[in-house]
Order: sequence, then C-alpha cells, then structure tokens
Amino acid sequence: MLDLINVSYDTQIPNNVGLSSDKKVLKALSKWHPGYLDWWNKLIPQNFQESMVYLRTAVSVDPKGWAKFDYVKMPEYRWGVLLAPQVEGRTIPCGEHAGQPAWQEVPGEYRNLMKRLIVIQGDTEPGSVEQQRFLGLTAPSLYDMRNLFQVNVEEGRHLWAMVYLLQKYFGKDGREEADDLLIRSSGSEEAPRMLGAFNEETPDWLSFFMFTYFTDRDGKMQLESLAQSGFDPLSRTCRFMLTEEAHHMFVGETGVGRTIQATVEAMNKAGITDPYDVGKIRDLNVIDLPTIQKKLNLHYTLSLDLFGQEVSTNAANAFNAGIKGRYMENRIDDDHMLKNDTYKVLDLEDGKIVEKDVPALTAINMRLRDDYIRDAAGGVKRWNKIIEKAGIEFELKLPHQAFNRKIGIFAGHNFDPDGNHVSGEEYDKGITKWLPTHADGDYIQSLMKPVYEPGKYASWIAPPKVGIDNKPGDFEYVKLHMA
Amino acid sequence: MNKPLKQHLIDPEICIRCYTCEMTCPVGAIEHDENNVVVNADACDFCMDCIPVCPTGSIDEWRVVEKPYSLEEQYEWMELPEQGEVSVAESAEDGTESGEDPVAALLAEAHKGAGGKAKAPASAAKPTVNLYNLANPVEAVVQGNYRLTAEGADTDVRHIILDFQGKPFPALEGQSLGIIAPGTDAEGKAHLPRLYSVSSPRDGERAGYHNVSLTVKREEGGVCSNYVCDLKKGDKVQVTGPFGATFLMPNDPDARLLMICTGTGSAPMRSFTMARQRTVGKKSGGMVMFFGARTPDSLPYFGPLNKVPSSLLQKHLVFSRMPGQDKEYVQDRMRVEEDIVADMLQDPNTHIYICGLKEMEEGVERSFTNIAESIGQQWRNLRDVLREEGRYHVETY
Repeated sequence: MLDLINVSYDTQIPNNVGLSSDKKVLKALSKWHPGYLDWWNKLIPQNFQESMVYLRTAVSVDPKGWAKFDYVKMPEYRWGVLLAPQVEGRTIPCGEHAGQPAWQEVPGEYRNLMKRLIVIQGDTEPGSVEQQRFLGLTAPSLYDMRNLFQVNVEEGRHLWAMVYLLQKYFGKDGREEADDLLIRSSGSEEAPRMLGAFNEETPDWLSFFMFTYFTDRDGKMQLESLAQSGFDPLSRTCRFMLTEEAHHMFVGETGVGRTIQATVEAMNKAGITDPYDVGKIRDLNVIDLPTIQKKLNLHYTLSLDLFGQEVSTNAANAFNAGIKGRYMENRIDDDHMLKNDTYKVLDLEDGKIVEKDVPALTAINMRLRDDYIRDAAGGVKRWNKIIEKAGIEFELKLPHQAFNRKIGIFAGHNFDPDGNHVSGEEYDKGITKWLPTHADGDYIQSLMKPVYEPGKYASWIAPPKVGIDNKPGDFEYVKLHMA
Repeated sequence: MNKPLKQHLIDPEICIRCYTCEMTCPVGAIEHDENNVVVNADACDFCMDCIPVCPTGSIDEWRVVEKPYSLEEQYEWMELPEQGEVSVAESAEDGTESGEDPVAALLAEAHKGAGGKAKAPASAAKPTVNLYNLANPVEAVVQGNYRLTAEGADTDVRHIILDFQGKPFPALEGQSLGIIAPGTDAEGKAHLPRLYSVSSPRDGERAGYHNVSLTVKREEGGVCSNYVCDLKKGDKVQVTGPFGATFLMPNDPDARLLMICTGTGSAPMRSFTMARQRTVGKKSGGMVMFFGARTPDSLPYFGPLNKVPSSLLQKHLVFSRMPGQDKEYVQDRMRVEEDIVADMLQDPNTHIYICGLKEMEEGVERSFTNIAESIGQQWRNLRDVLREEGRYHVETY
C-alpha cells in the first residue's frame, strides 16, 4: 500500500504522493528540477552554499516527523512534495457546492481561476528568496543567519509544492507556468514578480524581520484560505505549508522583538528616557523606536495592499466556487454560502472614511484583511510589552488602513497614520516622520555588520530567549565555509 | 488530598500565537482567546504531537502541581508561573546541566566521562528538578532497609525504600536525590546533602505508590552512607531533589539500551529495567547489560536480576574475584561480546549508559575504541555524535 505519511526517497524528489508510480508527473518534475537547482545555486552567495546549516527537514507529514534537525548544505536540502494526510470524507466547506465531496481533480469550469491562484501563490515563494539573497552577508549572528536560511529553503519548498500542483493537475499549460516561475525575478525590469511587495528590496535585517512579520503573514492568511479549498490536493498542500509558515512568523516577531529589546536595554543602560532623543540613541548603535515605527508603517501598509480591492467579484467567485474559503472557515458558524449576508467595509465619501454594508460575498478580501489586522495586532501588543517592561514611554501602533495605500479605495488619497485626510502639503511635511527616509535607511545600513562568532550578536539585536531545537546559547548554527 | 500531577503549559512570553499546536492537537486540548494559547489539563493526554510543530519552543513547559491551572487562570497570564515554591533550575530548561548550583556542578562532574556537555535523550520525559532544596527539604519515612549483599560478603549494599507521605516527589529513572545526614561536621556546620541515584521507576518502587528506592553502599567512615545504611523502618529522613536532567531513559519503546555498570552504579539500570518491564514489556527494543562486581555475593540484586527474562534484558554478569578464575572486568566481557556491542553501536535507536566507579571509565572507553574500529568508526567521533543526540550517558564517581 502507498505510504502517505512518511517521505519516500525512492526518486530524486522526496515525496509522500507516490511519485515513483506517477511516471508522467515524475518526468515533468525531473525536467524542472535542474532549472530549480540552477536558480538556487546562482542566487545565494557561494560561501553560504558550501556552509553547513543546522536546518529542519520533514521526514514525514505527521506531527512527530516533520521537524528533524541536522546540518546540511543548502543545495543538498531535501526539497520535496509533501501533502498533509487526506481527511476521510472531506467535503467542500463553502460556496454553492458546500457539502459535496471535495474534488480530487480540478473541475473543468474552475480550471483557469484555480490555476491563476496557484500561480500567484507560487510566484511569491521564490520572490521572497530573491529579495533576501544578500542578507547572509550582514547577518547579526549565526542564529539569525540560520533562521534566514531556514525561511529561504522553506520558501523554496513551497515553490515545489505549487509546481507539483501545476504539473500534476494542469497539463501542458501547468508545466509552462511552472517554468515561468523560474523566469520571473524580483525587481526585474522585463519579468518582475507578479505582486508589488515582492519586487521591493529587502535591504537590511530589520526590513527582513518586518517582511516576515507583515508580508509573510499575508502569505499565511492566503494559505489559510486556500487550505479551506474544495480542491483537496490544494487544501492538503497548504495545510502542510502552514506548519512551515509558522516558523517565518516566529522569525519576524522575535526578530523585531529582539531589536526592540536591544534598544530599550541600551537606553536604560545609558540613562536615556526620551525615546525621541534619536541622535543620542543612535550613538549607542541601536535602532531608535521612532524608526522602528516607521519601518512598521511601511511594511504593514505594503502588506495590506496584497489583499487587493476591498470589494471584489474575483474573490466572490473564488469563494462561491469553493476554491478559496475564509480564515478558519470550519469554525465560522453560518451557512458558508453568504447568500443574504452583508459585511462592513470601509469606503470614502466626500473624502471621509465611512463604513458601508456590502454583500458579504463581495467582501471576502476585506474580511480576510480584517482577520489579518487582528492577527498582526497581537504581536505589536507583545512588542509593546517589552517597551513597557523596560519602563520607557512609547507605544508602537499599526497605522490606519487608509495610510500609504497603493491599491484599493484609499489609493491616491493623502491620509496620515491616524486616518486623517490631509492636504498634499501636510502629507509631504509629515512623510519623513511616518515612513523611513534615506537617512534612516543609511543609518540602519551602517549597523549591518556581520557577526559570525557563535553565541555573539550585533549591538542592535538581543539574543533569543530560547535556542532553535533547544540548543544552548553558543551553538554553532551555521558552520561557515571560509574558503 | 489531590494527587500531584504534571501539567502541560505554554509560555506566553515566547509563544507567537500561530496556533499550529491547536490545529495539530488530536484531542482538542489546546485553545486560545485574544490573549493566550492555553492547554486544558483535563483533555491533554501527553501524546506530544504539539511539541515538534511549535516554531518557538514555548510549548515545551511543564509544572508539577497539586491542582492544575484552569483555562481562565492561563488566559490571564502575562508570564508563566514558576514551579512550586522553588524555581525550576535552568538545567531542566535546556536538558543540560550547568549553572552555579552546587548539585548541578556535582552532577556535571559525574557526567564528565561523556567527553562533553551531556544531553538528555530526545524522547525522555521532561524532568522536574530542585523541587526540594537545602532550605526547603521534604521529609520521607523509611519503609524498609534490606541488605542486598550476602552476610559474609566484603561489601554491605543496602536497598532503602522511602515514602514521601503524599508529597510530590516526581523522580524519573536515572535522577538522583540528596539525603541530609543529621548533626554537624567537625567545624560545627550542618552536613551537606549526599546524592544517591534512585533505583525505582517513576511510578514508584511499588507501582502507583510513588515511593522511591535507593541502592547505597556502606563506606568506611562515610557519615551519610553509614547513616543511610543504619536507617530503620519508620525513621524520618530529610531529602532534597530530584536532581539531574540528562541521565534519563528514552520513552521511545523501540529504543535499545546498552547499560554498563559496577556496584551501586546498577541503581539507575534497575530503574530503567523495571520501568520498561512495567510499560512496554516484550514490545521493548531490548536491553543489554554488562554488570561487574567482585563476586556473585557482592553483586547487588543478583537474585531478582536473574529472574528478568533475557528477551527483555540480556545479562552479562562479570566477576573480578572468583576463586580459581582469571580476573574479568566489564570491559573484557564487552570485547568477548563485541558482535552485539558493534551491532548496537550502529543502531540509531541505541542509548548507552555507563554508571559506577570512575576507574571503570578508561577500560570501557578502550573497549569501545576497539569495537568501533572493527566497524570502521572512530570512537571519539562516534561518541560525540551519540552524546550530541542524547544517546551517550556517563555517571561516575
């Protein structure tokens, strides 16, 4: 019998989908494989490719087997195709087909819609690795470097996951789409990644932490809604990806938290109580809290744009078709069809922000965004605890949804972070206080000096409270190749 | 009185609220509100599915409690409460022993023979340590004191059973406890506790009674060992502990145990053997023991040991002072039985335990070196790997 829990290594590609007896897909994946390795090998600087990194690899998809830690060279990482175990008798959770058995094949009528969703999701995975490719050179510790690489290899594996779906279920055009995922490239003029946020640079480690906290959290919400899909292989893929995505959330939340920790500790040690005494604080080689707030404003608002238009017929169609559910669909107590329901969305009327009831079906994006905002607010609360504990008067805040938006109803309008409509002049004046300036970027950049000694950390970031895999503080998470 | 229990908790300061544990829990024991993620003590069945899926390590927290913390209490927490009146030492947190604590230092010294920082087996239960200390010892009552060696033998080894009268004393196999001899030393200072390995399994010398047995040898002029060996039924004893966070038994039933000991070093091996006999029985991956003494008369537990079926425990009892025979030590027998040792060295399920006098270390190391060589392995490297994986444990004194 086919073993669908343990990872099989009987082909070049570790998998729990019986690849060795699925010749057609195995052939397609085998053809795609060298291109992927080539992409990876050209991406990350060579000395890191040769280094031994203490990474987590899944050996099975049940809880006991998906976190085995060991040293591995990244190009030898066991990328593979892993789907969460099939749930017996699973039904389509939402939309007009709710209650029918989940699809094991793609229904013809939804083929294009579904392919597009998978391609967009797939496109973000390599995009973020491309954005982060040079960060290893300025890692504030071997611990952080390891976390970066863990995020990178898992994004790589998520690409594999999407490529498998494309090749297995979408025939020739699926294979072409899979190839294109390796052709598009973050920030490229000719062939950029599909979503804006994945073409922005990740110039420094604070950006990386903010990115993993805010932007990867959008990814998490998208995966959550795809995990509810009536197309069972997509649901199972996304469910397994979510367990990995949690690690990225962890890197983001603790990364920003440790940056704050280092700042408040340094301030207390130097006897500085005014968080706005930026010059003096920067003299301590830590990142001042107002700058952290600006970075937060930037990454949060970029990530809100990823949810698309507030009112969207595409999203309504995907929900109605049962391709995409809502966040924790199975825990929502309603008819899961949204036939007569309404949902409150923000809108602009005469320059004023108002709440409006719209058909809930068209507000799926907005609802997911609201869930996202709630989820993102939790970590901000915990960051503020660190500041509060240190006795410093400062509070980090999520800016208003209308601030700095490029997509949706607020795009093209000037709002300040509190949600006040402001004139162009006021906006230009305020912007240096609201978003990171070149000078802020330069200052952060000046702190980005690598620290490669086990157990040591750059001045601007505090050590973690707990090691990865319960390792002691001076554990050598990356054995650097120094040739 | 409530029976004390071990409660599974989540550290709210480290948890990032990804709810992966909640999604994973097969019995729905984990839930959350907008503040915390919490574990329902009534529902949690310790299946451990949530442990590896947690990205932060915040999930791996345990407290021994008289009454479990309710969900409401846990929802209110800003930080995890400390263990009982005494904090759980750093050593239990990361599964290694370190820090300024004199007991931890003593154990670290005893574990030195492993050639590096000791680590607990991956599947070992989370130990509770320092529940009782010098300032706050627990009183135990002696339930029995039996001589293990023959009357005429040249050593006097005792089997002592202690009862904690309903107070929690959650000692795992391989852990130690401290006994404080009454009176003062020559300088008029109170005696410091002496450490003894427990020789009973976690559910008690008698299953379910949570009493603890010790294996103590009378040392000439030894204040504490003479005090313990002379204890009578009903006597009251001041006890500290439990101590030790690495010399522990794997819970994995498939694990194979290679146990090498001399004299009272058999105490932890007895606890391992009994624990497995009671829990996994024939389903165990198997155990092999090399046990050295001068003569059968002076080998603790000689009688009961012979009754353990060899399908569970393969016994090699080795004697160094048999009249008319050459001296034989455990390391010599290991060489004779090198096939089984080599086989175990190559099995990733094998855990090795060495316990006894410091003198045995060198010989045992030498035998391992030879046997490892015969399978094309360098012992030091192999040992370091085993130790790093929590599969090589030494406790010598």
